Amino acid sequence: MTAATLFGLCAAVLIGVGLFGLIVNPHPLRKILAFNVIGSGVFLLFGAIARRGAAAGMGGDPVPQALLITGIVVAFSATALAVALLLRMFDATGSVTLANDTPARTGTETGDA
Amino acid sequence: MLTTPGGWLLLVAVLAPFVGVLAGLALGGRNAQRVAALSLPVGLAVAGGIGWTLLHSGGTMVYLLGGWAPPLGIALRADGLSAVMLLAVAVVICGIGVYALADFGSPPGTPEKRAPLVFWLLLLAVWGSLNLVFVSGDLFTLYVALELLTFSAVPLVCLDGRGETLRAALRYLLFALAGSLLYLLGAVLLYGGYGTLDIALLAGRIQPEPIAWAAAALMTVGLLAKTALFPLHIWLPPAHAGAPAAASAVLSALVVKGSWFLVVRLWFDVMPGVVTLPSAQLLAGMGAAAIVVGSIVALRQERLKLLVAYSTIAQIGYLFLMFPLAFDASGSTLLHGGALTGGLLQAVSHATAKAGMFMAAGLIYAALGHDRIADLGGVARALPVTVFAFAIAGLALMGIVPSGAYLAKKLLLESADSSGQWWWTIVLQGGAAFTAGYVVLVLASALRRPTAAVPLVKRVSRLSEFAALALAMSSLLLAFAALGPLPGHLISNPLLPKELGPTLLVIMGGTLLALGLSRRPLLGGTANVGRMRRAIVAAGTSFEQADAFLRRWPSASLALLLSAALLGGLLLARGPQ
Repeated sequence: MTAATLFGLCAAVLIGVGLFGLIVNPHPLRKILAFNVIGSGVFLLFGAIARRGAAAGMGGDPVPQALLITGIVVAFSATALAVALLLRMFDATGSVTLANDTPARTGTETGDA
Repeated sequence: MLTTPGGWLLLVAVLAPFVGVLAGLALGGRNAQRVAALSLPVGLAVAGGIGWTLLHSGGTMVYLLGGWAPPLGIALRADGLSAVMLLAVAVVICGIGVYALADFGSPPGTPEKRAPLVFWLLLLAVWGSLNLVFVSGDLFTLYVALELLTFSAVPLVCLDGRGETLRAALRYLLFALAGSLLYLLGAVLLYGGYGTLDIALLAGRIQPEPIAWAAAALMTVGLLAKTALFPLHIWLPPAHAGAPAAASAVLSALVVKGSWFLVVRLWFDVMPGVVTLPSAQLLAGMGAAAIVVGSIVALRQERLKLLVAYSTIAQIGYLFLMFPLAFDASGSTLLHGGALTGGLLQAVSHATAKAGMFMAAGLIYAALGHDRIADLGGVARALPVTVFAFAIAGLALMGIVPSGAYLAKKLLLESADSSGQWWWTIVLQGGAAFTAGYVVLVLASALRRPTAAVPLVKRVSRLSEFAALALAMSSLLLAFAALGPLPGHLISNPLLPKELGPTLLVIMGGTLLALGLSRRPLLGGTANVGRMRRAIVAAGTSFEQADAFLRRWPSASLALLLSAALLGGLLLARGPQ
């Protein structure tokens, strides 16, 4: 097994673990963390691809590395935005649940919504 | 490949709104509105310039950033598809800008507030990101553009800072992020397989093989999550219904079109030979389910804004019906043809009509102080222009001659006939009746004689009313604009029996649906609570329960993974060759 394959498999495991967390954890902060775990998996995969695609005489393909930096910045901004929203939501409602998505505005009058 | 004459316009189309965002942020306060007022006409002129250049050169416009050609550099490209979307978005954004002057204007003398500043900046940011989606020439730039679009759309949901809108915004963000990771994973796989992310180069290298199938399935489903195609619509109703009206119009008319456009780009331009007819049938099948469930749940709503939000889910379904109809005769490749034109027309007419409809709903909410459909009686007399705008937008969505949706339906029906896929004919015709259903429901309530004088909480701005009407009208008259490049036999006199018959049938079908499914009996009183109505209401309630179940987080995210697996499986099915 080459190093690139090993890293690729690790990436697959990270993505799987993150997806599991994103689906089963009801807490939004854990979902945000799970998102970051999946993101790490994708970035690791991209790194492995860069290593595998290295041209003769070079340590790695430079294009994925440039894209990776951008991807990390995007993931960072997404995390910051999500955490900011979560904090605002906690300030406004005192709870952090995502589940109650049918508040009073959808027909509670008949009680079947 | 070189930069074509006029190619710099593409750069300006992307940069102008973002320069506006930065300038507005630096100048702050009420200056943001002035910057927006300056940027909107500039952007509209640039979009017009791109359309004009393309019409006269006939090819594709290219701009190479820094003079570097792909695969090392990044190219901006615009073809006919991009130009149409650029123009439509510019028109709708300008309409929304005019409408929002009343809600988010800060005239001299009034204190500066935070919400207007944020609104104008985000409006420009949404515009810039959409333009980037339309002109990007490589899949990674498209990823960045999509993320920018999401990041500018999410705060629009919670402009008023109420707890429930913050929750809706967070749900939207988290689900959209899950989608964008799937997209990014697909893009990474494509780079690993073919060594480039440039659309034109990739289209030449890609082969129908496992890595391309996996990438296609992941990317498509990720984008569907951002587009909120049923059953991945978990975030849409609370987000679109809770936002301020001008923001809802942006979200519903424009933002979902960004990721839809990317699915079109991916299927038609990157991997037309990789996708298969069965996988396209799955997309259209999800679309058909969206039309049925979205429309029925819309009819069961008590609040006008939620009704319009659910109707958006149904309209998103429409946009995916064109995929199986666009395959060539042997069913192996996607073609740029009548079906694609029809789908594009549908997107444009929906963008204009839905913006007008959300604006009208917002004005009704502002004037009455509530948007309970049952208590809308008399509003037609108090706000005639607004209710007229709602009705026109409704007619345009139904596809009455000469609306853009009518022409789109004609084109799609022709493709369905010629490819022998009769089942999509039924969906296309039946969908219009569902649309008619909720339009009739709202208009019947609005036109009802009120029991007492209608108390108006607030005078609504004339300008906003006419902005809503103008957008609705442009959707209704879109067919005339689109006729130039299309064959003339497609449109006919709306009063001919051949046209009048189906129109009347659609409206009658809609009325029956509204009568059967409305939450309160439409004709007043409880006299018509027969066995029939009870059975229909029970069916409607079960659709509502199914919708509520699918909008829970675990079921929605499992649906996301399942549709990716299903799509991947169907990509394996190559069919007879």
